[in-house]
This record gives sequence, structure tokens and C-alpha cells, in this order.
Amino acid sequence: MSTVEAKAPAGFAPVYTRPKSLSAARFTYCPGCHHGIITRLLAEAIDELGIVERTVGIAPVGCAVFLYEFFRCDFVQAAHGRACAVATGIKRANPDLIVFSYQGDGDLAAIGTAETVHAANRGENITVIFVNNQIYGMTGGEMAPTTLPGMRTVTTPEGRDVRTTGYPLRMSEMLAQLEGPAYITRQAVFDVRHVQMARKAIIKAFQNQIEGKGFSLVEIVAACPTNLRLSPPEAGRWVAEQALKYFPLGDLKVRE
Amino acid sequence: MRVLMRGNEAMAEGAIRAGCRCYFCYPITPQGELVEYMARHLPRHGGVFLQAESEVAAINMVYGAAAAGVRTMTSSSSPGISLKMEGISYLAGARLPAVIVNVMRAGPGLGNIAPAQGDYFQATKGGGHGDYRLIVLAPSTVQEAAELVMLAFDLSDRYRVPAMILADGMLGQMMEPVELPEPIPPEKIPPRPWAVSGAKGRPPNVISSFDLDPYRFREILRALWDTYREIEEKEVRWEEYATEDAELVLVAYGTMGRICRTVVRRARKEGLRVGLFRPISLWPFPSEPLRKLAERVPVLLTVELSAGQMWEDVRLAVEGRAKTPFYGELGGVVPTPDEVLREVKKHVHS
Repeated sequence: MSTVEAKAPAGFAPVYTRPKSLSAARFTYCPGCHHGIITRLLAEAIDELGIVERTVGIAPVGCAVFLYEFFRCDFVQAAHGRACAVATGIKRANPDLIVFSYQGDGDLAAIGTAETVHAANRGENITVIFVNNQIYGMTGGEMAPTTLPGMRTVTTPEGRDVRTTGYPLRMSEMLAQLEGPAYITRQAVFDVRHVQMARKAIIKAFQNQIEGKGFSLVEIVAACPTNLRLSPPEAGRWVAEQALKYFPLGDLKVRE
Repeated sequence: MRVLMRGNEAMAEGAIRAGCRCYFCYPITPQGELVEYMARHLPRHGGVFLQAESEVAAINMVYGAAAAGVRTMTSSSSPGISLKMEGISYLAGARLPAVIVNVMRAGPGLGNIAPAQGDYFQATKGGGHGDYRLIVLAPSTVQEAAELVMLAFDLSDRYRVPAMILADGMLGQMMEPVELPEPIPPEKIPPRPWAVSGAKGRPPNVISSFDLDPYRFREILRALWDTYREIEEKEVRWEEYATEDAELVLVAYGTMGRICRTVVRRARKEGLRVGLFRPISLWPFPSEPLRKLAERVPVLLTVELSAGQMWEDVRLAVEGRAKTPFYGELGGVVPTPDEVLREVKKHVHS
């Protein structure tokens, strides 16, 4: 895997540096993909809380499968959809570890729905980062459980028809109905203000785990410019103008 | 001290004595007593008992706990084991030690809850996807069930290969006196420098079964198969009973092996020279000792509670050196010793 060097030229002081909990590996995401922003936010949160030496990440399948190459913490690669069960096993075996999973919409809201709902319902003391980009990215842009009505994908070439394929699943709203979770929030990263809010939410979701508050999930409505066939700025605008209509931002459950 | 226990309870107690401290399950018959025993006893030993939302979740919890470096187990019965196969393949690929107990019932599909041995292929030939093996041990008494569960933990740790106990509904349900083995002291459990425990003062540990580069992945699998070859050399286990002068040897495992022991005694009373070869490790299969036996015994009669699954391994081992007839029952029907003896008499004469 190729690596990046972050060195300021002589006479310049670095103001934007690589988080310490990231390795030197180069991200493998497409240009403009929101995964890159979210991965960095995670690293910033781990740095800020000083927990890299006791953190275990769960890498998904798909575009973020190489997450374990990007971080300087222990990692477990999980089967598609099973991250919340794997996280449960790790956390129960060693409660001193800080365990987070990083999952897409197909992973968390389709094939792994049961694992997600039950981990949340048990109030497992874990942190879940849920990247909702309304598409299966790595496999070539198929319809996801969160694909918007009318949205074209390779498996809905005429646009998602809700009469035959159902409606976008609002997983965070469903989970917020449960007694178990401590914190369910929906964020976005399409502009600086939202990136800063998402950053705070991720830190809170880890802080909850450190304090033993229980299941915390940060959903991030994200863009996949490659499969949307839009430029990165257009893809960001598409999230702001289209996706947020179905997935409004904000805290859905906060247990103090 | 001898105690009266069910097979399912003996396997649970064996696991606790082997140092199993994380157990994940989903209810299914006929292994219910194992789950109940763990629920009652494991927390008292400081362990984690968790009833999962599905078999799929349970095996993935095992995957997580094994990655975190704890001795861990799950148990189920045939349809539930099918659901676990994805996770078992991941365990094998990620080189994680864990124990899976299958108290077999009759299938395919929902089948029924009567004892059967129809999961032999699934257990010994892969079951899940990809190039892997499981260590598979088949007890035939309640005593042996407790002992083999403990052995399964040790072998699984030693080779970093998941191990399966292949029992059946008869063995799980029956009660027998058991001399419980001494618990394995925690310091005897091998250290796990590869586990995810926090990357403090060392480079990060990564538990994964993934490599996009076919040439690198080929090397990973070659190393895995080198381990399998070593297991085949060192860990073959079987029992022979009255085979010295036998004209016919029954080949049977688990509950059927136990019934065939009775058959041998009855046959001997009638003056028939019949013996028993009972594989204890189903993988690695005791091919070599069976081949040697075939050089001096004219008939090896395989008896199974299936349509003939282990029979394929018997024929591969024997390679025509002896006659290899088969007798099996299906659907959860367990043949009586007399029924097996009738079959024996088709091949030997007093």
C-alpha cells in the first residue's frame, strides 16, 4: 500500500497535520468521497480522547475494507453485516477496550439489520459509525436500503420504484425508539460547518463508551460521487438538497 | 468423583474446565441442556454467557471474543450449524481458535430432532466457503464428550484452527456417570500475542481473512495447509476393539460406534469374529490405520446414521484392499444392535 509523507517545506509551519492515530498509508477512496472525511474525523476523535492504545476498530467489507491499514490501532475485519455482533464479542471479552465499528448502509441497514437492532437493544457499550451514502459503492452502485425514491442505480435503472422495492429505511429513527441506545444522531460532512458538527458527534459517541453509557451510533449522510456520477461539489450539493429531505439531520436520542 | 450427567451438560462442564470464558448461543433442540448449563454455571466462573439474536450473531460474537484472545465456544444443532457456516469460514480464514459443538439431528431442512449423523460432510469437508478444514472430534460416551471438548480447546489453540465437536441427539440427551477431568489452569492456556488487546508498546494487531493480492493470499493459504498437514500427521485419533483376529470390522463413530461395540460383543458370543474401528478424530480422518487394517481384514462394514458420508472416507482409505459394504439408517431412525448384527451376518459366517 502506498504511503503519504506530510512534511512542511522549510520556513513554513504546518497548520493542518495528519492525525497521530492514522498510519502513513494512503487512503484508497475515490476523489471527493465522503469516506475520506469521515475516516479522518474518526482519527481526530481518537487523538483528542487519547485512546488509540486501547481502541479496536471493526473494518467492514466494501470501500472502507482497508480501514485497518489506515489506523495505528488494533483492528478486526468482520463479515458483511456482522460488525455489531463481532463488536459485542470483543467488548464482552475485554470491557477495557474501546470498540468501534464502521459500517455502510447495506452492511448496517440490510444484511446486518438484526445484528444492529439487537446490539442497540442490549445497549452494548460500543460506538457505531454508520455511513449512509444511499448506494452499494464497491460492488458497482446497486440499490441500497437507503436509496431515495426515484434514484437511479444499476439495479433500479428506471429509478427506485417504492411500489416494488420499498422505501428508504430510516435506521436511526427506528433505533431511537429502543430503550437500549444511549445516543443516536444523524450528521453530514458536505460543508465545513457540518464536518465540525459531525466531529463533535463522533467524539461524544466515543466519550459515551469511555463513560460506560452504552450504545452510541453516529449516522453520516454521505456522498458517493463515483456512483452518483457527479463531481465532488455537485455530489455534496446533492446530499444537502436531496438526501437530507429523507434523512433530516440532528440528534434522535440522547440519554444523559 | 463420579457424577451423573447428560452429554450436553458434560460438554458444557468440559468447556468451563478448559477455561472457556465466553459462550454465545441461540436456543435449539436437542442441545438445550448445554445452553441451560452454561447460563447457570459460566457466570459463576467469571465468564460471559450471552444468548444472541441468531446463530449468525452467536458465531460472530465468538469471532469477536476469539479475536480478543479469550477461549470461546458456541453450540447448536444441525440447522443452526448451517447458519454458523459463514462465521466458521471467517474463523478459519482469520486463524482464530474457537470451539463449535454440533449436537446433530436429522436433516435436510427442518428434519426432526432425533439423533442422526448427516452433517459429516458439512463438518469434515468444509461446510462454509473456501479452502479450509476444521478439527472434528466425535465422542461416543458422556465421559468422552467432556474430555474431547477440553481437547478441542487445546488443539484449536495449538494450531489456531477452529475445532468442532460432532455429537448427536442421543449422546446429548443420555445420562451416564462421568469422572470429570481436572480443570486446565489459566497459566496453561497458551498466550495470544496476536490478539486485539490495544496497540500499546507494539505495532497494531489485525485479525483478518482478507488479501486482495492472489499471490500473497496463496502464501497465507499455503501456510494454513502446512498446518493442516501437520495436524494430519500428529492428531489422528481412533479406537480399535476386538480387531486382532477379526474377519469383519465395523467402522462407526459417535452413537453408532457405541451401538456397534454392543454388536461386536453379541457377535463374539455367537462365535463370529467381528471387531470395531471407531474414528475419534473425523478430521483428520484415521486413513492410515484403517488402510493397515484393510490389509488383513477382508470386510470393513461402515455403519452410519446417514446415507453414507463417512463411508466415502473409508473407501478412499481402503482403496479396494478390502470389501467395504455400507449399512445406514435415515431420518433419525437408530438401528438396534440386532439389526446391525443381521447386516453383519450377510458378510460373515460362523
